[in-house]
Formats: sequence, C-alpha cells, structure tokens
Amino acid sequence: MSLETLESAPATGALAELVAHATRLYEDLELKGVRDWKAQDPSRRAIGFLPVYVPREVIHAANALPVGIMGGGDQIEIVRGDSYFQSYICHLPRSVIELAVSGRLAALDGLVFPSICDVIRNLSGMFKVLLPDRWVHYLDLPQNFDRESGGRFYRHEMATIAKGVSALTGVEVTNERLSASISLYNENRRALAQLQQMRVASPWQVPATEYYLLLRASYVLPPQEHTDLIRRYMQLSAASGRVEQDNIRVMVRGAFCEQPPLGLLRTLERAGCYLVDDDLVLGARFIPQPIAQDGDPWQALVDAFLYHTLPTASKYDVQASKEADLVQSVKEVRADGVLLMAPSFCDPALLDQPMLAHALEKAGIPFTSFKYAEDTGQFQVIREQAGTFADAIKLWGTT
Amino acid sequence: MDCFVGIDLGSTTTKAVIVDADGRIVGRGITNSRSNYDIAARVARFEAFTNARFDMLGQALRAEPGLGQSSAAFLGALTSGYRHECFLGQLQRLEDHCRRDVDGARYQDDRRAVGHALEVILQSVRQDAAKIYSGGAAARSDFFRDMAGASYTEHAAQLARAGGPAFDRLIGLFDRNIIPVENEQETRTFSQLLMAALDRVVQSSALQRDAVAGVLLRVAEAEMREVSAVGTGYGRVRLPFPKENIRSEILCHGLGAHLMFPGTRTVLDIGGQDTKAIQIDQAGVVTSFQMNDRCAAGCGRYLGYIADEMNIGLHELGPLALGARRRIKINSTCTVFAGAEFRDRLAAGQAREDIVAGLHRAIILRAMSLLARSGGIRNEFTFTGGVGRNMAAVKALGEVAQENYGQLQMNIAPDSIYTGAIGAATFALRGATNSVASN
Amino acid sequence: MTVAVKDLSQDRQKQMIASHYARLSRAGQEGRKVVYTFVPGNLTELLNNLGLLPVLPEINALQSGMRGKTGEYIQVAEKAGHSEDVCTYVKADIGMLKSGNLGPTGEPLPRPDLLLLSYTGCFTFLKWFELLKREYDCPVVMLHVPYQGDGQITPAMRKYVSDQLRDVVIPALETLAGRKVDYDLLSEQLALSARAEEDLVWVLESAKHRPSPIDAYFGGVYYIGPIFTSFRGTTDAVEYYQLLRQEIQQRMDQGLGPVTPEGTLSQEKFRIVVEGPPNWTSFREFWRMFYGEGAVVVASSYTKVGGLYDRGFRHDPTQPLDTLADYCMGCYTNLNLPDRINLLEKYIHDYSADGFLINSVKSCNSFSAGQLLILRELEKRTGRSGGFIESDLVDPRYFSAANIKNRLESYFQMVDAKRARA
Repeated sequence: MSLETLESAPATGALAELVAHATRLYEDLELKGVRDWKAQDPSRRAIGFLPVYVPREVIHAANALPVGIMGGGDQIEIVRGDSYFQSYICHLPRSVIELAVSGRLAALDGLVFPSICDVIRNLSGMFKVLLPDRWVHYLDLPQNFDRESGGRFYRHEMATIAKGVSALTGVEVTNERLSASISLYNENRRALAQLQQMRVASPWQVPATEYYLLLRASYVLPPQEHTDLIRRYMQLSAASGRVEQDNIRVMVRGAFCEQPPLGLLRTLERAGCYLVDDDLVLGARFIPQPIAQDGDPWQALVDAFLYHTLPTASKYDVQASKEADLVQSVKEVRADGVLLMAPSFCDPALLDQPMLAHALEKAGIPFTSFKYAEDTGQFQVIREQAGTFADAIKLWGTT
Repeated sequence: MDCFVGIDLGSTTTKAVIVDADGRIVGRGITNSRSNYDIAARVARFEAFTNARFDMLGQALRAEPGLGQSSAAFLGALTSGYRHECFLGQLQRLEDHCRRDVDGARYQDDRRAVGHALEVILQSVRQDAAKIYSGGAAARSDFFRDMAGASYTEHAAQLARAGGPAFDRLIGLFDRNIIPVENEQETRTFSQLLMAALDRVVQSSALQRDAVAGVLLRVAEAEMREVSAVGTGYGRVRLPFPKENIRSEILCHGLGAHLMFPGTRTVLDIGGQDTKAIQIDQAGVVTSFQMNDRCAAGCGRYLGYIADEMNIGLHELGPLALGARRRIKINSTCTVFAGAEFRDRLAAGQAREDIVAGLHRAIILRAMSLLARSGGIRNEFTFTGGVGRNMAAVKALGEVAQENYGQLQMNIAPDSIYTGAIGAATFALRGATNSVASN
Repeated sequence: MTVAVKDLSQDRQKQMIASHYARLSRAGQEGRKVVYTFVPGNLTELLNNLGLLPVLPEINALQSGMRGKTGEYIQVAEKAGHSEDVCTYVKADIGMLKSGNLGPTGEPLPRPDLLLLSYTGCFTFLKWFELLKREYDCPVVMLHVPYQGDGQITPAMRKYVSDQLRDVVIPALETLAGRKVDYDLLSEQLALSARAEEDLVWVLESAKHRPSPIDAYFGGVYYIGPIFTSFRGTTDAVEYYQLLRQEIQQRMDQGLGPVTPEGTLSQEKFRIVVEGPPNWTSFREFWRMFYGEGAVVVASSYTKVGGLYDRGFRHDPTQPLDTLADYCMGCYTNLNLPDRINLLEKYIHDYSADGFLINSVKSCNSFSAGQLLILRELEKRTGRSGGFIESDLVDPRYFSAANIKNRLESYFQMVDAKRARA
C-alpha cells in the first residue's frame, strides 16, 4: 500500500481496533460492507454518489444508503480506466471507471453525479453509456443562490432524486421520513463538529490519517452507526494519553474531490504538520451546522444548501467571500500556515489557487502549494517541502 | 533478381528489408538512425543488399561440389571477413579525420603527444577488432560507432592513466570525428570487399582461392534490380520517395505482423519512443490503432532511464526483474520521476529485483490501456519492438493479458524489429504488381 | 468569378468585425457600456436591444492564438501563479490583460462595465469570471444554465433559466444601460436571428452534397463567426448568411469543392466528421494536413458550441425568454455524453462520412473528458474508422506538428485501405 510503516502516534488497544475497523472500511473497494447491509433487508438499496455534495438525507429517506465513491486511491491497478481518459485528465475518473467495469460497484443500485466540474459531469454520461441498466443521475446543484430561482430549481432536483431512488426502493420520501433523516444526519453533524473541535484543541489526539479514515467511514456507514463510531473514537483517543509534539498547525485546501493516499497524509504529519482543518471528504460536512428541523423539511434542505454550505472551488463565489472565509478560518483554527494541495489537472482547485494564494499573501499567512494524485507513490518531494515549511514556521514564524 | 525494398526510419534505428518477386525475404539491414535520416536509409539499404548477396552466396556455395559440408563454416568466415574489411575501412576514415583534427589549432600545444596516442589507440582497436572478427571475443553491438567507441575509450583511458594525454582530450577527438565517418559511404564495391574478405579467409585456411573466387564473383556481380521501394517510420517524410511510396508505420506494422504470423489480430509494438496498439483483419489491413500520447511514459526509453539510474546495461534489466519474489505496485511511469521513484523505494528497503519487476509491470499496464483504447486484445496477439526482447516485459505482458483477456496465443518474433520494414517491402511488391496489372 | 463571389461574404464579415471593434474603441468617448460575456449561451439580442457592447474573452484568446501571441500570454499567467494544468483560454486572457489588453486591432479593449457570466456547458467559465471580477472589480451577473444531464430540457430547467433572465439578468442589464428592454424590438431581433439561423443551417447542410462545397470545420469556424458573436439578431447577420448561401449554392452548381488557403480543393478523397475544437496557434498548418490528403470535414461538433440549429431549434419571437433559455441549454457542450454520441452518429450517416476524427484539446475538459468513450461507441455503432489526435486550443507547446501529421496520415491511409478492401 504505501512505503510508510511507522505510525507517528500509534493507537493501541480498543482505539487501535476502532482505527483498524475504519481502515478496513476504507480498503473495502468491493463494498462488501454495503452488500452486508443490503443483505439484512431485501428492500434496501444503495446509491453511490461522487464528490462533492449530494443531499444524503433525501436518499436515506427513500430507504437507501448513500455511498460515497471516492476513487480507488492507491489500492487498485488501473488497466481499463486509463483507456477512457487522456493523460491530461485527473486520476479520479480513471479509478471510478476501473471500479465500475471491474464489477466492484455492483452493490450500488444507482449513482448520483453532482455538478462539480466538467470531468465528473461527463463521467455521468459515460456511466449512462457503460451501465445502461443502472439508474444514473446528474445532479445540477444551483449556482444561483436566490431562493426563488436557484432554490426552486434545487428543490425540483431533489424531488427528481427522491423519485429516482423511490422507484428503486418502493419507499416514498414523505415529509416525515425526510425529517427523520435530517434529524439523524444532524446528529452526525454535531458529532463531526465536536471531533473537529477536539482536533483544533488538541490535534495530537486526532492524527490526520485517523480523522480522514473516520470521514471516509461516513461514506459507507448508515448515519447512526457513523455517529456512534465518532463518539467512541473521541472517548478512546482522549483517554489514550497521546502527547503533543513540536509540530506546526496547518490547514489544507484544494483536496475536496480526488483524495490523497493515506501515505501522503502520514507524510505531512511526519514532516511536522498537524492538520487542524482541511477540505478532505468535504461532502460529509459541507453543511457544518444542523439543518432546521421545524417546518418544511425540503425547504430546510434548500435553505441549508443556499445559505449554509462552506465555500469551495466548485461553488460559484464572486463576492470574495472565499478569500475572507479562508483568512477567517485560519484564525479560528489557529493555523500557522496553509497547504494548498490540489490534485493534478483539477480545474476547480487549480483555478481557485491563485485567488486563495493572493488572499493569504495579503493577510501575511504562510502557505505552500503542491500537486498530488490519488495514487501518488512517492512522497519524498512532498516530505521535503512540508518539512521545510514546518521548520521555517517553527524558526521564524513565517516562510 | 527483382527486388522490392522496404525502409523503416525509426527514431532509434533504421531498418531495410528486401523481398523478391515471390514476397520471400532475401535481405535485412539495420543501422542507427543518427541525426541524418538520408544516410541512415542509405546505410540500411546497403546492409540489406549485402545481406541478400550473402544469402545468395550461401545458396551458391551449398551447390558447390567442392565445398559440401564445410560451406556453412566457410560462409561464416567469409561474412566475418567481410565485416572486418568494412570495419577497417571505417577505422581508416576515422583515422584520417582524426589526423586532420590533430593537425589543427585545437591540438597546438599537445600535437605530438596526442598524435602518438592516437596511433597507439587505433592500433589496439585494430587488434580488438581482429579478435572479435576471428570469433575470439564478443561484440556488444554491430554498429561501428559502438564497437570502435568501446575499444577506443578503453585504450584511451589506459593511456591517460599511464601518463599520456588527458582522457578528455582523447575522447573529444573521437567524438568529433566519428560523426563525419558515420555520414560517409564505403568507397569499395561489394565485389572488392568480398575479394578482400576472401583473401583473409584463404590466408587462414587450406582453401584454394581461385576455386571459389569465380563462384563468389558470379554472385557478387549478379544483377539485383530494385523495382520499387516503400518508406515508412517516423522519419519517412525525409525519404526522397514519391508520396504514393510512403506508407504510415501503422499500416506497415500491421501488414508486417500479419506476414510473420498470419493469425494475428492484435499487434502491440513497444519501441524506444512510442508505443502502438494496432488491430488488423484477416488480410493484415489495419482496422483501428492507438499511439501513446505526448509523454514517453511507458515506452522503452523508460526502462533505459531505469537502467541508467542503476548503472547497468539495458539488457541486464530483464533478467534482474525475472528474479523478483514479491509483486510491488508502481503507479508512476513518468520518465522524469523514474529515478526518484526507484531511489525512494530502495531507501524504503524494497528489493532491487522486486522494484524492477514492478517497473516492468507498470509499463505493460500503460500499454494495456492503449490496447484497450484500440479495441482490446484479440487472438492471436503479436508483440513486437525492442521491448519484446526483454523477457521480464514479455512475462508481465503475458500475465496481464491473460488476467484481462483470458488465454491467448502470444507471438513474439526474434527479429520483430523488422516488422515495419517487412510490411513496407511487401507494400512495394504489391504496388509494383498492381501497377503492372493496371497497365 | 468564384474568387470574386467568395470575397463578397468574407469582406462583409471583415467589415462587420471591424465596425464592431471600432464601436468598442469609441465606447469610452461615447459613453457606451461594455459587457464581457461568453459565446455559448450568449444573450446578444438582449445586449444589442439595450445598446450594450459585448466583448467575448474566448474570441480574444483564439484571435491572440492565431496571431501567435498566446505562447507569451500563457507564460505571463503561469508566472502569476496559474497552473500549467488548466485551461489556456483563461491563461491567454489573463496574460493578455496583464500585457495591456490589446485587441486584434492593436488597440486596448475597453474595460468591462459588467461581467455577464452565462454559465453554459463549461465549468471553467465560472472560475474565469471569478478571476476577472478580481481584476476589474465590476458587477457580475450570473446566469446558471442547467446541463442536459438526462438528455432533455425539462420545464423546470426552462423555468429556472427564464426566471433568472427576468429577475436577475435583465434588471441588471437595464440598470447598466439606463433603459428598459424594448420587447417589440426584441421580438424583431429574434425573428432576424431565426432567419440567419435558417441560412446557416442550409450552408452547413450543403456538405451533404458530393463533393462538399464547404469544409464544415476549417471553413465552418469562419461561417459561424457572425452568428456566434455579436451579430445574432441583426440585419447584418441576415445579409451575411444570405450572401454566403448564394456563394455556396454557386459552388455546388459548379461542382466545386471547398475553398482552402491554397485554392479550391480539386479532389474530395475523404469525407470526415470532426469532434472537438481546432487548434488555433497552428490553424493553417493543421488545416493543410487535411486538405493535403484530400480530406474534407463534412460536419463538426465545434461549429455547434454557440448554438445547435440543425436539429430544428430556431429563436422564437413570440416567446422571448423561453426561447433564449432553450437556446442556452441547447448549445453543444451542454448536451450530455450519450446525446453527443447520438448527434455525431447521425452526422456520420447523414453526411455519408468515411470516418470521424476527434481532436482532443488539453484545455477543454467539457469537450475532452469522455471522448475516448465517444470514439469507441461511434466505431461500434457506425463501423467507420475513428481517429484520435491531441492538441490544445491556444498553447503552442501542445501542438506537435510531426506527431499529429503522423497520426493523421496513418489514419487516412487506414481509411483508404479499409475502403479498398470493402
């Protein structure tokens, strides 16, 4: 899997077991866990979705499990996936195609491709051609954040998803069911927010790889189960007696779609960087605050999307709020610097980068940038770069 | 004899093949492409005609009652003698160029020392060559530049160590003057070279010179009429051929593979700079093809970088990889990062042979995606190109092909480097036949 | 005779473009407001209706490419922190901006008073205007045009777009112009659009004739010029397409092939459908690789990026907002992948093509992602040979002439060999 063998803050006992469980879920590219979940009740269905965001509550309310498809990481050999993409296209769609044509996505009864960039958009059409019997939907998230136009359109888009999933499960998405799902996911939001707080307060208790594995688990587990997992992790890790190291605190931006391999996250930490905030697996916490539970649940989902989602590169933002948010977030999480790490050939992240870099420069916040792919196999250059970055901040408080 | 010539101007080597009116291959020639395609084409063609003459000589000699059983040994000795003559001719021209250089301003200060050293070195090169051509030593390459270069470098280093002129001064002399030598043609005719070779063979055997000279001259002087020629390969536009006598290497490769293995439906060619996946029909006509994109990742050159990085010969890479015990997955086939990847993994404690096997598999995986783009692998599957001589690559290809496409007949020809030229020569034959028919 | 006729439409287009740039250069003096916007999903009739002047950054980038300036511009942008991985139209535009923003006439282009972000079929548009917004600090109006994910335009999609037009776009444009949209005039404009569209479709479909009187790609990019840019809905455009149609009719009557930079193509050897945009930095050289082999492009998808008219869509004067919405959503890059395959398949049959070719450009993922599947599907469905080459829009570093020529030659010879066998 990776070259790294040592854990910087090794987990032991029950904590180690929990982390091992999350690791197994992460490595479960055959989606065996999802199959098992479905096998418990023949009416259950599973719906895959791609980065960044889909309203999982709607899928859940139709009695289906939303399953995040994040590519194959560095775990699979790409044979057929490469044959569909030119060398200048990012890596994620190659491994997603590989997963699909090798039958690893067979547990999924349908797939939702949210709008994020033209590659994922076109991938939705490729799936329609390659898997003609599967329900495949392109979710056009509104880029107009007005309630009357964008809001109405989004509500219609969600209704289309509800209809599509209901056709597979036979369960209609009633207001009651949707409210119940929102409630479950809100509980999950609270747990994730607490985990994030813990990480900001004491990052040595929440190593980057463990935090990441927990986030990934939210993409294959039912929400309650995941909420329980997080809570248990927080207890165990708090009691584990892990000690603080002389690391700097960094924030990561640009990793919202194609995910870095675990080895890369481990490399960053080993190079002396605590990750105190990042946009990995962003869809799991795209709406960080609980969604309103009074009134029309559909409208609550609409409003949450229009007004309470985090800024990210795939979301239209022309009022300079992404820069303000970035600088503000750095302060909130008390980060010493920012790593602008983007997947190679990622249009949204890379086109965003000059704007973010400019804002950081203006605010006097140290940052460094590099590119990766989900199957990056060598970390030496990144180790050097992150190590130098950390050392410079430790020595001079700046780069 | 009517001859039809195919010339394949590749980025690394230039190949020529001659077929006769029945489509039988009668001669092959190869040379390094150098920077000058015109000369490379001329040399390869000359080599192919030489090869064809020797082919005819072999037939004539076998039919000769006086020789009988010993004809093969005689032909072998004659071939070596011929090559030796060619080598000496080139070495003489090298010496002439070097002498003029030494007389120039560049060697103003150390003219005598360098001149003397040159004489000593070239004498040693001659001795080395004599050993090689008499069968007493093995040559790493058939190309003059490589053979003379290896020997020259060795002796120049010895001399420099022993207090002679600096190594750089001596090697600079060679490097500058080898270029014009490669671009010049042999001045003697085939017959002249052959008679000189015969003299060498006669000296070392009990053979009666006059008894065979007549036979040899009859063949050497026999008419070989070049009816038509077709050029192909990356440098084909440089050939002084009319447009209709230029064919794309894809078409030639497809036809060549078909001629070598008539059951072929899919061809994979991994060369130094590019990789091609070709689908052909039962007549050898190309139905679809794909070539690698801009970057050279996954081509033969990638293995070259790795060999350089490990400081071993390219031909040693395959055997090393065959000794692997663990399968390592390597994702990057980027030539730029090849070295770093290798070092990183060694530093992490992975075994050399395992890493090298992983690298072989990585380039085969790149080729597989190209194959998938072109329409997959269909039975029979023919693998050509320089990388086809690397047994670790062949093994990896066999494994990956079977994993993805099931049991297949996989063909690998020992002389697959001539695939494109064979196709081109056959196009030349067909073109000539068609124009006769239509006239 | 033919040369004189050819010159008429070309001259006409040149005059139109020159007068547009002249208007732009006088904009400051005359107090006319300038709106930057994109080709796909452009709202030219509305802008003209309000007396606003459009500037199209993609057109600037491609013209810079044809003038050999983009290599330098792209490097300026990359030095300023833009990744080498991303769209070179954006980088050429940013580089041009940072180098004085000189337009094709050599005069600086006016600054925008408004950025009209018609987000149609290309995600990068969104980022592009985010970047420009930070350079110009002017208002931006977003028109989100939903994608035809399920291969159709639903009533909800149409309503979303027309609502935005009515509630967001038009009010903003009216504020800028200081006057209200004249809806009677808008209907007249849309009627003119439809007339020009009718003739454009006739011209493009003339390629069904053997030999084709036009090249629908290399020539096609000139033919779409007026209607894709600032002239849709004008009498200028109507007259241009009438003139063009007459000329093409004449070529057809005379049995002539398409015009190339080296004269009329004498023998049509290959009829090809092309998917993907051309390369602009070596446009002539690229074109020569086709006509040099006797290849004529009979249909192309690129000439549908600013409007897809050959499936029957025409601007409807009676439904101004809905028809603009339908126009935006119908542009080629807004079609989903299965529908793009269907369209190309139909072209291959309808135009009796010998094969099809994909020019895959690095910059444009909207076009490029999935093209290898398009290749595979089209080969399977039509049995015709597909070719695949790679280049870029305006980055000269990504145009390897020897490489592309090699592939094209191989491709044409393969088509020839297959045809000879059949």
